[in-house]
Amino acid sequence: MFPPIPNPSTTDVAPRFSEKDLIRRSASTVPAPEQQLTEVAKLIDVSKCIGCKACQTACIEWNDTHEEVGVFAGVFENPPDLTPDMFTLMRFSEWENPETNELEWLIRKDGCMHCADPGCLKACPAPGAIVQYSNGIVDFVHENCIGCGYCIKGCPFNIPRISRVDNTAYKCTLCSDRIAVGQGPACAKACPTQAIVFGTKDEMKQHAEGRITDLKSRGYANAGLYDPPGVGGTHVMYVLHHADQPELYSGLPREPRISPLVEAWKGITKYAGLTVLGVAAGVGVLHHLIMGPNRVTEDDEEHAEELTEGDGHGRV
Amino acid sequence: MAAYDVGPSEKVHPGKPVVVDRYTVGARINHWITAASLILLALSGLALFHPSLFFLSGLFGGGQFTRFIHPWIGVLLFFSFFGLFLRFWKANLWKREDGTWLARFRDVLANHEENVPEVGKYNAGQKFVFWAMSILIIVLISSGLVIWEQYFSAYTTLGQQRVALLVHAVAAVAIIGVWIIHFYSAIWVRGTIPAMIRGSVTGGWAWRHHRKWLRELVTMRSKEGSGSKPAE
Repeated sequence: MFPPIPNPSTTDVAPRFSEKDLIRRSASTVPAPEQQLTEVAKLIDVSKCIGCKACQTACIEWNDTHEEVGVFAGVFENPPDLTPDMFTLMRFSEWENPETNELEWLIRKDGCMHCADPGCLKACPAPGAIVQYSNGIVDFVHENCIGCGYCIKGCPFNIPRISRVDNTAYKCTLCSDRIAVGQGPACAKACPTQAIVFGTKDEMKQHAEGRITDLKSRGYANAGLYDPPGVGGTHVMYVLHHADQPELYSGLPREPRISPLVEAWKGITKYAGLTVLGVAAGVGVLHHLIMGPNRVTEDDEEHAEELTEGDGHGRV
Repeated sequence: MAAYDVGPSEKVHPGKPVVVDRYTVGARINHWITAASLILLALSGLALFHPSLFFLSGLFGGGQFTRFIHPWIGVLLFFSFFGLFLRFWKANLWKREDGTWLARFRDVLANHEENVPEVGKYNAGQKFVFWAMSILIIVLISSGLVIWEQYFSAYTTLGQQRVALLVHAVAAVAIIGVWIIHFYSAIWVRGTIPAMIRGSVTGGWAWRHHRKWLRELVTMRSKEGSGSKPAE
């Protein structure tokens, strides 16, 4: 068992990180922070999850969101997808294991993975709408968000959602406001089976090791940690009993990475585009300086007069 | 039967100088609505394209409003340009002399128009601008609808939206490039801008740059003169 985070004290606690700890800020640059915070991580042990949705409940309670009462869609997911008011969602899949012929109920808590290389931040055109702290948290700053939805296209996990109420993007904050004062995420706090634990990234990896050894000893030979290197690792990690087939867990991507289309759009296109336009304008200016304007001459006017006069209306 | 590039309202008026009607009031209003939308689109689009240009969103009252208004201006541009397309497509059909004109493009750039063939209402450069604009606007409106988050995000996959984003950005850069050509040419070739403001050019301008068109207009006029009496 991983020691749970103690309850908060009743006295004021100074925030442990702030704007000074930003390592990335969308569509802008930030000075390198003076100190490197210890990287934090949330570890979701899928094998321990009982699908109770306490995490979802804790999430909407802490974030004070009010998901609309929906309709029964015939599945356990409720709501059926992530929404601007539902930052985390239990996704249920039924899988018949061909090796054991047994039905396995694979439940995965979906939500922002807090990538070390965040596609949302890379795609974002609004300065400061998406920020990344040196402890690994990727957060949306709503007053800077313009609601364009580029973050959704940048995200390899299809996580952000745009609110139709205030036209800004929402996703899991990793409870940055709680973590800043020494608390853990609300979902981790509420989880009754310790399927969700929170700590430093190193602690979480270590804890995962123990869990994976345990799962392997119970016959899950392919148990492993999901910390995909394609996005530089994540600050939300999974322990999967079938780590060789992450797609089984409601389509968890095998090798997530920022789409090359997004990389091209935010990389070469951006720089080459402005260069091309600058050169085009420059060529125009140069041409005018060298060749000068193309002016109509007196001669041209006379030719035109001759031509029109010869048409039977003027002097013949 | 009028030539392919002569519109019903285009007329020569003899005098000193000769005046040639080139664009109707309708065509000019249509053109300037299109021009204004294209410029506003470029400014708001560039604000979302490169962080160093995000300040341009201030012209539209901030990022949120820029994001909101850009696609709507795009819709306006699409319909406005469609009007121009209907007006001008015929005069922009590719003709044999256009190939020769292009082959002697060096002379055009060097202001030696005496060495290039006589052309109709539009030369090959103008025709290039017209067709490039037409194609790029179709590409931009279709990719733009795909990435119009507020209303259309539910109809396409994320993969399609990513393609659309890249296509939209590349096409936008291209159309701004075409616009630079269009804008510069209008300044470089003096006497062009009045055509889109007052609607007419001087006979000398038509003689120098669009002699075939001028000849056609003169021929039409004399035919009218020799046939039924013109209302004068």
